Amino acid sequence: MNHATRILLGLTLVACACGKRQDAAKTVQVKGSDTMVNIAQAWAETYNGLKPEIAIVVSGGGSGTGIAAIINNTTDIANASRELKEQEIADAKNSTGKDVIQHTVAYDALAVYVHASNPIAKITKDQLGCIYGEDGTCEKWSDVGIEVPGCSGQEIVRVSRQSNSGTYAFFREWTVGEKKDFKLGSRDMQGSKDVVDLVEQTPCAIGYSGLGYKTDSIKVACVASNETDACVEPTIEGAVSGKYPLSRALYMVTLGEPEGEIKAYLDWVRGDAGQALVEQAGYAPLPQEKRVAAAK
Amino acid sequence: MRRGWSKRRAQLERAKERAIELVIAACGVSAVVFVFAIIYFVFREAAPLLFGGLDLAQFFGSEEWYPDSVANKRYGALALIAGTASVTILAMAIAVPFGLGTAIYVSEFSTGRVKEVLKIVIELLAAIPSVVWGFVGLVALNPLIIGAFGTPVGLNVLNGAFLLGLMSVPIMVSIGEDALKAVPDTYREAAEAMGATKWQVTWRVLLPAARNGLLAAVLLGVGRAIGETMAVLMATGHAVHIPTSPLDSVRTMTATIAAELGETARGSDHYRILFVLGTVLFLITFIVNLTADLAIRGIKKR
Repeated sequence: MNHATRILLGLTLVACACGKRQDAAKTVQVKGSDTMVNIAQAWAETYNGLKPEIAIVVSGGGSGTGIAAIINNTTDIANASRELKEQEIADAKNSTGKDVIQHTVAYDALAVYVHASNPIAKITKDQLGCIYGEDGTCEKWSDVGIEVPGCSGQEIVRVSRQSNSGTYAFFREWTVGEKKDFKLGSRDMQGSKDVVDLVEQTPCAIGYSGLGYKTDSIKVACVASNETDACVEPTIEGAVSGKYPLSRALYMVTLGEPEGEIKAYLDWVRGDAGQALVEQAGYAPLPQEKRVAAAK
Repeated sequence: MRRGWSKRRAQLERAKERAIELVIAACGVSAVVFVFAIIYFVFREAAPLLFGGLDLAQFFGSEEWYPDSVANKRYGALALIAGTASVTILAMAIAVPFGLGTAIYVSEFSTGRVKEVLKIVIELLAAIPSVVWGFVGLVALNPLIIGAFGTPVGLNVLNGAFLLGLMSVPIMVSIGEDALKAVPDTYREAAEAMGATKWQVTWRVLLPAARNGLLAAVLLGVGRAIGETMAVLMATGHAVHIPTSPLDSVRTMTATIAAELGETARGSDHYRILFVLGTVLFLITFIVNLTADLAIRGIKKR
């Protein structure tokens, strides 16, 4: 055995040893909703500070991606910004033999974003349906009764999300109903932040995304369910109380009752410590009675 | 004693040689195995839908792409095919003059240091990851296009085509240069002896002589452009829409597969339709590459 081989062999042994040690640490895979990526990451980081031996690995991709991963049993927890469909629950049962459990972990207000120069004072559900819906006829800003300065041609640039997004599913259901689809030709963005970025730069644009992604240089529209109702600005309080119409629960989904480290993590997320992070990230925390008491 | 030793050594050498040959042959064959395994896999996933109720007239004739609709699922891929076609055609309109021009310059007009530096820099262009290209489109080209054309959004066919054009230039340059180099020097000398200028030699003699190789260079560039995913996903705006101008946003087949495959449950219709799209893409690139290959063979025969 020559010198080089000996060194190589030594390195291999070291690598094996390291690999083993990493395997010993427990990893919890969390995957799904892009709306929840920010808060999921904040939870994971803080939790890692408390329990360094547990690695929480968070990835986005959209609620549909997370739910597909649960169905295919390739993640421990799926983040979902919408409720699971019956079909998905049945698929998960068929492929894994377990029931999915949806744990509410926070609330989110879905904000309708327009460019900072857009003068719109109030936008109704019907107007949103007219702009986004398959048989909607609103193509120009004048169709909703306003004129946007700096927008050439006054054409409404619809910014939407890809179909794997829970935000998309929720927004579509609210505006045009579950049975109807959106008009083709919208710019379908990958992530929640991309929507805000594009609308911020584009005077003609309208988009929707979680309130947590709001910046100072974008306008949030005041939303009303009906023409006659007063509109409501999206706020965290409005999302908790249900006063803001476009609010929804955010879920973490597991296969069967969570056990061991996964249960410990979910309990922590739904306890006071986890919920304290929710508000900082711009989402609405669970009310006191829905929280899990700290296990001590 | 000595003789026996050297004989054994020779035997050992021969065994070693054979072992190496076997390993190398296995490497060569593995490429074939991989290609066929991939074709088989893509086709297998697509087949149940392809032969089991997919409305091909709708698939190729309708632009209504609603794979996730609750009430009324529609799988019309026309807009996606048009998206891929429009971006690729415009990309080639940018890349062909640019790429072949560079190939001609590098092969015929530049010499010494300039030539070496150019070749290295062009190869560097090929080394830029496509996600970085996409980023350039998103951050740099987007505002430029908005400023220049006054469109509301700068993520469109033009943006994607510009990136794809630049991405296919290196492959065109290197293959185009090889094709020009393959033209025997006697052609150049004969033409020059008749008093032709350098440009006349290139235009009248070299380009016709290297025609097949240059065609192959272009076609491989086309193949590269059709298959590219990440850059066009980021730069074309991702809107299901048949473009009527280069300033419209589109969505390509590759981007659709990349964006939607992650959400689909394995075995669902949506999952399968994406594999059907993959099969169509594969057929297109296969035909393009085959044509390129035949074109290259054309030069060698002569």
